[in-house]
Formats: sequence, structure tokens, C-alpha cells
Amino acid sequence: MINILEVNETNKMIEQEKLDVRTITLGISLLDCCDADLDTLNRNIYEKITRLAKDLVSTGREIELEYGIPIVNKRIAVTPIALVCGRACETQEDFVAVAKTLDRAARDTGVNFIGGYSAIVSKGMTPTDEALIRSIPAALAATERVCSSVNVGSTKTGINMDAVKLMGEIVRETAEATKEQNSIGCTKLVVFCNAPDDNPFMAGAFHGVSEADAVINVGVSGPGVIKHALESVRGENFEVLCETVKKTAFKVTRAGQLVALEASRRLGIPFGIVDLSLAPTPSVGDSVAGILEEMGLESAGAPGTTAALALLNDQVKKGGIMASSFVGGLSGAFIPVSEDQGMIDAVNRGALTLEKLEAMTCVCSVGLDMIAIPGDTPASTISGIIADEAAIGMINNKTTAVRLIPVIGKDVGDTVEFGGLLGHAPIQQVNRFGCADFINRGGRIPAPVHSFKN
Amino acid sequence: MSKTIITVVGKDTVGIIAKVCTYLAENQVNVEDISQTIVQGYFNMMMIVDTSRSSKPYAEMVTELDELGERIGVRIRCQREDIFTKMHRI
Repeated sequence: MINILEVNETNKMIEQEKLDVRTITLGISLLDCCDADLDTLNRNIYEKITRLAKDLVSTGREIELEYGIPIVNKRIAVTPIALVCGRACETQEDFVAVAKTLDRAARDTGVNFIGGYSAIVSKGMTPTDEALIRSIPAALAATERVCSSVNVGSTKTGINMDAVKLMGEIVRETAEATKEQNSIGCTKLVVFCNAPDDNPFMAGAFHGVSEADAVINVGVSGPGVIKHALESVRGENFEVLCETVKKTAFKVTRAGQLVALEASRRLGIPFGIVDLSLAPTPSVGDSVAGILEEMGLESAGAPGTTAALALLNDQVKKGGIMASSFVGGLSGAFIPVSEDQGMIDAVNRGALTLEKLEAMTCVCSVGLDMIAIPGDTPASTISGIIADEAAIGMINNKTTAVRLIPVIGKDVGDTVEFGGLLGHAPIQQVNRFGCADFINRGGRIPAPVHSFKN
Repeated sequence: MSKTIITVVGKDTVGIIAKVCTYLAENQVNVEDISQTIVQGYFNMMMIVDTSRSSKPYAEMVTELDELGERIGVRIRCQREDIFTKMHRI
């Protein structure tokens, strides 16, 4: 039988160490909504989402109340829209109309984000894929809750450099289209390599074609819990450090697994996966950088950071995999800058550069995330950064992503405020040397050799 | 149906258990086990209860116990047992 110490430990994690379930994300297939008529397509999409998700938010609240654990976000991910609207959409306005339908469905079901305004173009782009991508700036400017993602490469296909070039321009155009709100559109736009079909986290969530009609995926969190656990093993060797992370990750993930199964049972929708990610928030004590510093680094970004992050990521997986029957999504530590107070502090004190962040993305999920850069950064430079990240993902068989915000009108030394979970960020220096001739070549980078791993 | 864990934490004062138990009795909630300690003047109690015969909706009970706690100056949490067993038992 459970004892008072165990009960107190769990409640302390929740009340003092900010343990929560970061998101319950309902994945919905829209493939059966396809129609050649735009109005019918929009109606089908709205009806299916609002029918399946009508109880999502209230069920999340019920579980929250009964188990006493906060469930921060309830969200929806849909089939990449480029696969759904090919017959119905011709002009940019047509695509934006679909984005507005998603926005309306999200608002009416009470979720704060809906993901899937997406295209999967890892090898090539169909005319619909390209048209959807070109509509992203207008779609993100015209909606509040819609998130967009584009997968530009994979380990199996190589990197679609035409798409990489285009995405550099689209990120810039999105920044311009939302410049009145600190280029906030770019916080809802992710460029992926090896994007998973079952990611519950925004802005990159979409419901992949390998998924069932509807599915419940859950993302856990808990950087504060891990940090607190590590405070009790200061000065101990790496074996003790790793065991502590692993055991704590097990406990955190078990809470996520319970919530996932409960949500699935109550909504009558199959359980998909638990995503083991350690997702920080801007609130104090909920920071991945804080864990790295607790391990013994003077600041996140100091030499040793990549090793610390690698062991953290690996131990979280080792503990989490045993705690859940199905694990998927991004599963690893997130290192967004604007959403993690410890990372913001590290950038401000000059300890953490874009280049170090790139190195860190080699050993964790996901990539260069929520990084504000000067508003005058050329599109080709953004494409170059995307290409670098995609190459890391492609070669290392992992998901990588880029979510950069070129904040129009701001430069290094300024800061930008996005608000809420999106946080705030200092504008970071970008390497000023150009790569336009490289990006402008066009075509594809072939898939890598899967042997001779060096 | 799974059990429920009620925890009461706060400054020790006369009648905490009586007030919580009265509320539970009025709502046909059966108390199966109580453990209680006082740490540095702070009252710390855990009850294992069975709510299956109570007609009160679960969410309402959670809210009312929370309000009762506020009135007597302690924090009362009412949670389904699974959150603890899943986390601490394999």
C-alpha cells in the first residue's frame, strides 16, 4: 500500500517542482475530408475536428482535478494540410481559408494551438506542397492558433535543398507579415528533418499518414523535478548522477502514461504514445539549462555542455521507456532559448552562442528552437542554418528542427517579448559570412551512406 | 473502483481530523486508513478513502475539500490513488 512519504514526494513534485503534463494532443486524420469544392472541404474539416475534439478540453480538466496534476495544454494535430486540400485550393486565398477553418475549429473546441498546416517535402514538392508553403506567411498572419511545419529532409531521402531555399524566404516573409507583433508568426513555424508522425508538441505537431483516424498523444515535462533530484547528489560520480536522472524520469513519465491512458479511455480514442521530452517553461525552476548547471557547469554553454546534455537526454529515455508502454514523438530534452529562463540567462551572460546551440542539437531533441535573430538576417543565411540542422538530423538518424525568429526592426542587443509559454529572448548574433551561392545551387543532397559510421 | 488519497497539510490546530471526517461521513465516503505525523509543528495527514458509495460528483468533492481546507487554514488535496501507485510501484 502507498505510504505517506510517497504521497508527499509526488505532491511536492507537483506543487514545488512544477511537475505537469505538458500537453494532451489529439491527432485527427483529415484524409476523409478531401473534396474538390473548397466550401465543402472547409465544412468537412470543421465538422470532423469539432466532433472528435468537443470533449478534449473538459476531459483534460476532469483528469487534472481528479489526479491533482496540472495538464498545461490541450491541443490538436491534423493531417498535413497539403495532403488534404490539393483538389480544392488554387489560390493563396483558398489555402488561407483552410487555415482560418482550422483556427475557428481550434477556438471553438477551446484548444490553444492546432498543428498541421504542413507539407512533407523531404524529397520533392508537389504543386500543392509548394503552394501551401508559399501561403504560410499569410496563413500565420491571418490566424491565431494555427501552427505550421515543413519537413525538408530525412535520413532515407536526403535533403530537399529547393525546399530549404524556399523555407529561408518563407521564414523571412512570415516575420515581415507579423512584424507588428514582434514577428510572432515565426514562433509557429518549424522546419524539420526526420519529422515524426506522432509528435504532440507544438509548433511541429501534425498527424502523420501512418497514424489511425484519431489518436491521443501525451507530452510530459518535469525539468524542475530532475533538477531538484540532482540537488541531492551534488559531488557524486556520474554513475550516481545518471541513476538519479533515470529514476526520476521514470516517475515523471509514469504520470504522463497514466494521464494518456485515462484521456484515451474517457474520450474513447486510442492511446498513441507518450513523448518523453523534458520541456522547459520560462518560469523560474522549470529550466533544462538549470539541470545542466546543477550537474556542475558554471553556465549552460560552458565546455562540457554537450556532454551533460547527452547524458541527460539518454538517461531520460532510459527511465522513460520503461515507464510507458509506447514511446514516440520527439522524446528528449528540449533546448528552446526564449522558453527557458536558464538559457536566456546563459545567452545574456555571453556563455551560449548559436554555434554552441547547434552542437547541442546533435545530442538532444530537437534543434535550434525559439531563437531570435536580427531582423535583417538574409533569407539565404536562414536557409544555410536550416541546411546545417537538417544535415545533423539526416546523418545522425534523428529529428532536428529549426524555429528561428528574425525579429523585424531588432538587432543584437535588443530583446523581444512573445508572451506566455513562448517567453522572451535576446536577439542573438548570427555569423555574418554569406552562403547564398551554396543555397542557390538548387536540387537535392542525396541520402547518406548507412554504413561506415564515423 | 480505485481508492482515493486525501492529504491534509498545514499548521496544527484543534479539530482538523474531526472536520475532515465529518465532511466525509456526510457524503458517504468511507475512511479505510489514516496515517498522521506532526513535523516541526506542521500537521501532515494521509487518508485512504473509498468514494464508491458517495453520490457526490468527484470534481465537486475535490473543490469542496479544498474550500474546507481554506476555512480551517490547511491544504486539503483529494486525488485518485493511481497517480501515486503508478509513480511509486512497478
